Amino acid sequence: MDLSETLEEEEFRHRLRAWLREVLPTLPPEPAATDWPGRRAYDRAWQRALHDAGYAGLHWPADAGGRGATPTQHLIFLEETEQAGAPYVGANFVGLLHAGPTIAAEGTAEQRSRWLPPILRGDEIWCQGFSEPEAGSDLAALRTRAVRDGDSYAVTGSKLWTSHAEVADWCELLVRTDPAASRHRGLSWLAMPMDAPGVTVRPLRTLAGSTEFAEVFLDDVRVPVTHRLGAENDGWRVTMVTLSFERGTAFAGEVVACRRTLTRLARAARENGRWDDAVLRRRLGRLNAEFSALWRLTRWNVSEAEHAPHSGRGGVPGTAGSVFKLRYSHARQELYEAAAEVLGPDSLDGGREWTADRLSSLSYTIAAGTSQIQRNIVAERVLGLPKAR
Amino acid sequence: MDFRLTGDQRALQAGMRELLAARFPRERLRALVDGDARTAARPGRELWTALGDAGLFALRLPERDGGAGLGLPEAVLLFEEAGRALLPGPLATTHLAAGLVPGAAEGRRIVTGLDRPGVVAHLAGADAVLLLDGATARALTPGEGNGPDALGATPLRSVDPATPLHRVRDFPPPLGGSSLEVTADASRLHREATLLTAAQQLGSARRTVEMAVEHARHRFQFGRPVGAFQAVQHLCADMHVRAELARVSVYAASVTGDPAEIAGAKLLADSAAIRNASDCLQVYGGLGFTWEVDVHLHLKRAWIHAGEWQSVAEGEEFLANMLLMSGPSETPSDVLAGGLGGDNVAL
Ligand SMILES: Cc1cc2nc3c(=O)[nH]c(=O)nc-3n(C[C@H](O)[C@H](O)[C@H](O)COP(=O)(O)OP(=O)(O)OC[C@H]3O[C@@H](n4cnc5c(N)ncnc54)[C@H](O)[C@@H]3O)c2cc1C
Repeated sequence: MDLSETLEEEEFRHRLRAWLREVLPTLPPEPAATDWPGRRAYDRAWQRALHDAGYAGLHWPADAGGRGATPTQHLIFLEETEQAGAPYVGANFVGLLHAGPTIAAEGTAEQRSRWLPPILRGDEIWCQGFSEPEAGSDLAALRTRAVRDGDSYAVTGSKLWTSHAEVADWCELLVRTDPAASRHRGLSWLAMPMDAPGVTVRPLRTLAGSTEFAEVFLDDVRVPVTHRLGAENDGWRVTMVTLSFERGTAFAGEVVACRRTLTRLARAARENGRWDDAVLRRRLGRLNAEFSALWRLTRWNVSEAEHAPHSGRGGVPGTAGSVFKLRYSHARQELYEAAAEVLGPDSLDGGREWTADRLSSLSYTIAAGTSQIQRNIVAERVLGLPKAR
Repeated sequence: MDFRLTGDQRALQAGMRELLAARFPRERLRALVDGDARTAARPGRELWTALGDAGLFALRLPERDGGAGLGLPEAVLLFEEAGRALLPGPLATTHLAAGLVPGAAEGRRIVTGLDRPGVVAHLAGADAVLLLDGATARALTPGEGNGPDALGATPLRSVDPATPLHRVRDFPPPLGGSSLEVTADASRLHREATLLTAAQQLGSARRTVEMAVEHARHRFQFGRPVGAFQAVQHLCADMHVRAELARVSVYAASVTGDPAEIAGAKLLADSAAIRNASDCLQVYGGLGFTWEVDVHLHLKRAWIHAGEWQSVAEGEEFLANMLLMSGPSETPSDVLAGGLGGDNVAL
């Protein structure tokens, strides 16, 4: 058990910190949450800056454009950028945190060189087209059909809850290529250009009032066969790789942000007198323990990923991500519940950033696999309980 | 950075599990619990010296003083095993007394301890008492009437049949001549006692997850194992999550020794031990409510440990105050303007 940093890790941290101190004050003001073109431009520019400074795809494999950094260095990157208040990964989330790593782990040399450099440079934005009206938690029930026609697929169907679809250039799309096969067997993972003829994006309004996600209709969309990742009908396995990245360290930086938020909340409570309420104070104290534990859990998981003998294939994280995601998503909601108590009547002011954050925290127990699904995974795959039903 | 256990640490952990399986098998726990209350009041001398011989108490003493020269992470792993097996006795205080109270390191002296008037465990069977109430630690040792009797304690009927308790109303005056000052750093001992107790809670919390899963796989109702019911699965999953967060907290605190991390580790381990034992009881159904199944022993021991060194309320208050002391150095008005996000914050 060792939590000390190597000389190399320390140097990495200091270099990054110095760079952030230099570059952050030069950034333009953040665009409004509703300004999608503005957000796209802002997120791309930030990724470009990271890329040019050598901080893009840090721990990706070298043949995927990675920088040869260890997962620990990547964690330091997430920690330092969050602590310095650097921009959030934003629209680059899917590309950097799960589509990209999946392509790095499963793609051919041509696929890696086609898609990964633009992701790392922030040139191309990706979205995730997995869920459908009839396929949410039960992803393998998806119906979107891809029919082979020469050297392309003709794709027809619809996707739902596709985050950032409005601003995306590419979509990691899960489709059914063999309707005769059993549910999990007939699926394939495709990279679909969002500007292909037949793609229609209809933005959906979230409970926060914004249009974070959309419905995507696909009407005879042509996708070249060369855009398929992995073998035909092997999409379920590829998808499991994607989902494990999504539940792996994708949220690690946010834990650091939550710890900062908690500190500010305590100060605000002291300022407005709510600190005198022992019940509220104690809730904040417990959250302090919870978020440091989540940060330690991230470190544990990264150590496992870094040193596990089977981490060769792009360091695909294991089921430990489910334990983290389960606790983190609830802790985040508890944090904003406590924030509402600190704010009192002001928590009803929809114009506040806190209110927006409180509303968005409600999605955490649903997106990327609901809490119930994570509990199923922990019960059956981690604890070895018999399959339900 | 590699947070995982080293090979040596895993070997140490396995060695302790083996030792306990041989020296303190379940039958011994049951004999204590099912036997006469008076015999239960005395942790066996022979077990204690076996633990001493195995190095549990001298673990962190330098090798030249007969110790193993190991650190808190190793101690935490051994105490986790002790908690898992519900090994009774004042383990943490005897471990801390090694090098301070003669005979403690070898397991020849049993040393209990407390930090305030209240309850103290295993007083009647102890040879010495560590008092961690002030800046300096004191030990009440036998001879000259300074032994445990000097506390004027009265026995109470302990809820945990394997942990006899006494109520202590007053402490001897700090500067009285009747006790021996053993070290100037009582706060360090206090933190370590807190962490080692958290480690025992962790062991119990992880054990009750295993027990619940075991039972859920083998108990059939409605033609299937009860573990195939989602309501039961989700109880077990939440138990596992609690135990995992407690585990990484306890391990991290043992590495950093940071007071806030130790406080957090105790807080999460206390909750994990108590709630996991309660959920385990639920998974066992009616059997869980019986004397003969060990679930209640985990719950009762967890209650006792939760009151030792740092209560839940104290941990939460301490960690709340740490929030005001750490973090970005903004002035309060910055916090309101930035953190609360509004244009004109009227707080
Ligand atoms: C903000 C947000 C962003 C999203 N972004 C994307 C995206 O970019 N791309 C994408 O593909 N998807 C996205 N999703 C979709 C998300 O993955 C699904 O919402 C999620 O998987 C749940 O599916 P569902 O909404 O159909 O709910 P359902 O599956 O219908 O679930 C309804 C309820 O039933 C419970 N339930 C379902 N099955 C079980 C079971 N087996 N055991 C116990 N309980 C069960 C669920 O936990 C839930 O409480 C996003 C969702 C949100 C909220």
